[in-house]
Amino acid sequence: MASTIKGSRRRGIALHAVLVLGLLLSAFPFYWAVIMSTHTSTEIFSYPPKLLPGPHFLENVRHLFDNIDFFGSMLNSLLVAVSVTVLVLFFDSLAAFVFAKFEFPGRRLLFGLLMAIFMVPAQLAAIPQFVIMAKIGWIGSMTALIVPAAANAFGIFWMRQYMKGAIHDELLDASKLDGAGFLRQYWHVALPVVRPGLAFLGIFTFMAQWNDYAWPLIALTNPDNVTLQVALSQLNGNHGTTDYGMVMTGALLALVPLLIVFAIGARQIIGDLAKGAVRG
Amino acid sequence: MATLPAVEKPPAALADTPAAKPRTGFRKHWHLYAAISPFYLLFLAFGLIPVGFSLYLSFHRWDGLGSMEWAGLAQYQYLLTDSDFWQSIGNTIVIWALATFPMIFIAMVAAVMLNSAVRFKNVYRFAYFLPNVTSIVAVAIIFGSVFSTNFGLMNALLQAVGLDQVAWLNTPWGIKVAIATLMTWQWTGYNAIIFLAGLQTIPSDLYEAARIDGAGPVQTFFRVTLPLMRPVLLFVLVVSTVTGLQSFAEPQVLLQTTANESTFSGGPDHAGRTMVLYFFQQTFDNNDFGYGAAVAWGIFLVVVLFSIINWRLVRRRGEA
Repeated sequence: MASTIKGSRRRGIALHAVLVLGLLLSAFPFYWAVIMSTHTSTEIFSYPPKLLPGPHFLENVRHLFDNIDFFGSMLNSLLVAVSVTVLVLFFDSLAAFVFAKFEFPGRRLLFGLLMAIFMVPAQLAAIPQFVIMAKIGWIGSMTALIVPAAANAFGIFWMRQYMKGAIHDELLDASKLDGAGFLRQYWHVALPVVRPGLAFLGIFTFMAQWNDYAWPLIALTNPDNVTLQVALSQLNGNHGTTDYGMVMTGALLALVPLLIVFAIGARQIIGDLAKGAVRG
Repeated sequence: MATLPAVEKPPAALADTPAAKPRTGFRKHWHLYAAISPFYLLFLAFGLIPVGFSLYLSFHRWDGLGSMEWAGLAQYQYLLTDSDFWQSIGNTIVIWALATFPMIFIAMVAAVMLNSAVRFKNVYRFAYFLPNVTSIVAVAIIFGSVFSTNFGLMNALLQAVGLDQVAWLNTPWGIKVAIATLMTWQWTGYNAIIFLAGLQTIPSDLYEAARIDGAGPVQTFFRVTLPLMRPVLLFVLVVSTVTGLQSFAEPQVLLQTTANESTFSGGPDHAGRTMVLYFFQQTFDNNDFGYGAAVAWGIFLVVVLFSIINWRLVRRRGEA
């Protein structure tokens, strides 16, 4: 008896040892970025590699700010991510409310279309999108990033599933008896109930927009007016000539807002995403 | 809605004909259509019309400025014989395979372990998921330094154990391994969390029954866990196929070297030029919009084909 308890404890320790190893592997690149961002380029080039932080972080930050408009591009990224998130939350939840709780001619067809749209890959539309936006003069401005992303099939589908379960018909009927019209039902009855679903969609949308790279790269043609990700990649493109400590500092600082948002919404993101995957 | 004036109502005889019904339905429900219209309008303008236009474009020659010239099937004929395109398909599939199989294996092992270790489960879940939410550009910059030939951590590691250095980002295989490592790092934890969610839906009495029947842990895994995990495995495979075959930012940021070279070239010998990278190069570097459109449809076909193959593979393995 005693030996099996000892054996299972030993197995438990081995288990955690492997899991901690995985944790270290997940975290190491972040640590590495911190190390590099605190050294000068010449120190980085030395062997053996530096594994502990150095004293040059502020110097790297200064070089970074000299080389790119860090706060300007960060502001652009924030503008795009926040606008898109607000618009997506509004348009998607409104459409989802309709699909979840109302009957009308063509509902099945329209929803089927929505699901089909889900599957179309982005690059199929990339060239004509670029051409259309060039024609209407949006290329080079944030509008080119915000408007096409303002509503999406994934969000509508997600919110519809959520609303079907969370909003009870009796609640809607009662509000109708009280004389609430469609918009009041949406705003005062539906939205308060589905706040957790909105939180997931909002955080998810914000992070996707913050990280988006391919479309901003081609749509923002003016190098002085780019999002943070594009600014960073431009910095990296010159790494043959400029210093690596600075590039690393940029990469690291660009992660900070994202990590904050993730830390706030981690439970929602991880839990809901996994649930959705198992259900689907 | 109920306040529509009586005049608006169609005569009784008309109301029974199928043609009149949708009209009344539409009038009665106009606010519902209005509420869902933003998505459909946006999709029309930035989805449907562009996709239709790209099909049209793929039958033309166009540099994006001058007039379009009808080319018929010429772009697609060229696509079939374009060795650069085939190379990009090969690159993409090799990188995808190098990343996906270790990723699924490690994720499955991690999920099974997480499912049995009760303490600190949320800490592990948080840490394992972190790589997936971080920006690909920042990650590619960091991995670029890890795999750097001159001062990279990988080479320092190799040197420390007495092995020869590898010019990771200068050799065809090194490039692919570096990109695949990055993708594995970014997606393994994500898949582990998904697998874990699947594992938690398996009733524990099934495991008890297996234990009573004398099944060992390995046998239990293959006879009980794996068959029940098929839908989740399918989800993970489809997601990894769709994202993996469309990889763009990873090679683009990792392999862009100097500003005067094309940033879509995919490194020495184009060994890291994936399908989507090739699409960008043809379209926005060469201003060959017609051919770019044909490449995009080619990519779409490859992704669909691969998804179907994966789906059938997972299904058949389960049935056997």
